[in-house]
Amino acid sequence: MLELDTVTAGYDRRAPVFRGASLTVSPGESVGLLGPSGCGKSTLARVAALLHRPDSGRLVLDGTEVRAWRHRAPREQRTAVGVVFQQPRTAADPRLTLADLIAEPLRATGRRAEAAGRLAALAPAVGLTPDLLARRPHEVSDGQLQRACLARALVLRPRWLICDEMTAMLDASTTAALVAAVETYRAETGAGLLAVGHDRVLLRRWCDRTVDWKECLPVGRTP
Amino acid sequence: MADPRTHRPRLWSSAATVGVLLLAVLLVPPLVQLDEQAVDLSRKLLPPSWEHPFGTDDLGRDLLLRCVYGLRISLLVGLVAALVATVVGTAVGAAAGALGGWTDRTLMRLVDAFSSVPHLLLGIFVVALFRPGVWPVIASVAVTHWLSTARIVRSEVLSLRTRPFVDAAVSGGATRWRVAVRHLLPAVLPQAGLAAVLMVPHAMWHESALSFLGLGLPSHQASLGNLVQNARSSLLTGHWWPTLFPGLLLILPTLAIAGLAGVWRDRLNPRRRSELTL
Repeated sequence: MLELDTVTAGYDRRAPVFRGASLTVSPGESVGLLGPSGCGKSTLARVAALLHRPDSGRLVLDGTEVRAWRHRAPREQRTAVGVVFQQPRTAADPRLTLADLIAEPLRATGRRAEAAGRLAALAPAVGLTPDLLARRPHEVSDGQLQRACLARALVLRPRWLICDEMTAMLDASTTAALVAAVETYRAETGAGLLAVGHDRVLLRRWCDRTVDWKECLPVGRTP
Repeated sequence: MADPRTHRPRLWSSAATVGVLLLAVLLVPPLVQLDEQAVDLSRKLLPPSWEHPFGTDDLGRDLLLRCVYGLRISLLVGLVAALVATVVGTAVGAAAGALGGWTDRTLMRLVDAFSSVPHLLLGIFVVALFRPGVWPVIASVAVTHWLSTARIVRSEVLSLRTRPFVDAAVSGGATRWRVAVRHLLPAVLPQAGLAAVLMVPHAMWHESALSFLGLGLPSHQASLGNLVQNARSSLLTGHWWPTLFPGLLLILPTLAIAGLAGVWRDRLNPRRRSELTL
């Protein structure tokens, strides 16, 4: 289970972006979180990915309450959640080739030896050809770069995947290919998915259930 | 102004100047077996001629030879001081930016403390602690010049560490150290390197200023600052060459290095092509 329980978070303690948001994703389930731009759903996604410490509230990941965030979180907990961000340009280190970008989590966790094998398996799964893997971010399109970012999120085989507006910048065919790659991975591993977005049609077709941002907040407390 | 073709002449003239000066200071001392300290009072203050292209000084020493030796010492001081200052500045700036919190506050207050003293004054204080020599001058320039690099690197790191690619690295299990070494430092190194190159001529001027004040290198040692300092009395009696040539040798590498750095800076950011400013 991935449980967010009455989470209050933001970037200024006196004025949080949202108060008391709750959301639960069961193992293997895919949940689409819908909300207008600026409502705080991305911040909630960052909390769920252990990347942003909430002001209050709990995150329970597979039965263990998360008590530390970012670097301080145990590596095992951090890497259990894979994240794909909205803008591949800013989410990719411009100095790394796509191959290094995808393999970076393996290197960072001391599993360099597995890099070649995982790369060979993941690149075709996300639709990247070998010639693209040798290029740097500025030499590929947004769609190709987002494919690499998805591969990077999957390279450590996370039990949970968080896609924050993963396809908002992309055309329909790339969107379809990325969604298919996520679903193939989930079918193989049984990973849970939290897809955040504002495209109701897409999330309804992609996910087992969709949740409106308002439903996450306590009744009568919509900002 | 923003036309990359205008880089060509600037690049080539700067590179040629730096190349010729480097060749001179590297090759002349080992190849030409002449003593730059050799005094010959029968030949004092001779104007430039074929025999002495830069003339001679008030003790009859050949100025061309002394200028080459002087440039060698000044360049050495400039290079080493710039290198030390850049390494210290980058380390402090990166630590402050990447670690944040009290580390950042402590280090930045230290930078403020150093900045609050005029840097020439602080430099004079440092050389005054030691006997005259090359190393005190290098230390004096390095101690006073890591501050701006630390500020530049810190602000770069601060803006970089909130980027999603750092989030992605954290999510991928990277430690703080790995984020700093793998993602943040490589991004700031070009800026730090540029700052180092621009600091070389600045450090040379500091050596000259300290020597001119009589606080730098021992006065018998040929350095550009000492040469200008020794030439002061001759200038009053109408002998211009002992001042002109060391002065030119101070300005020439400054312009050439700044020219190279300007091209490099434009390469770093093609969208913000800026003209060379000194």
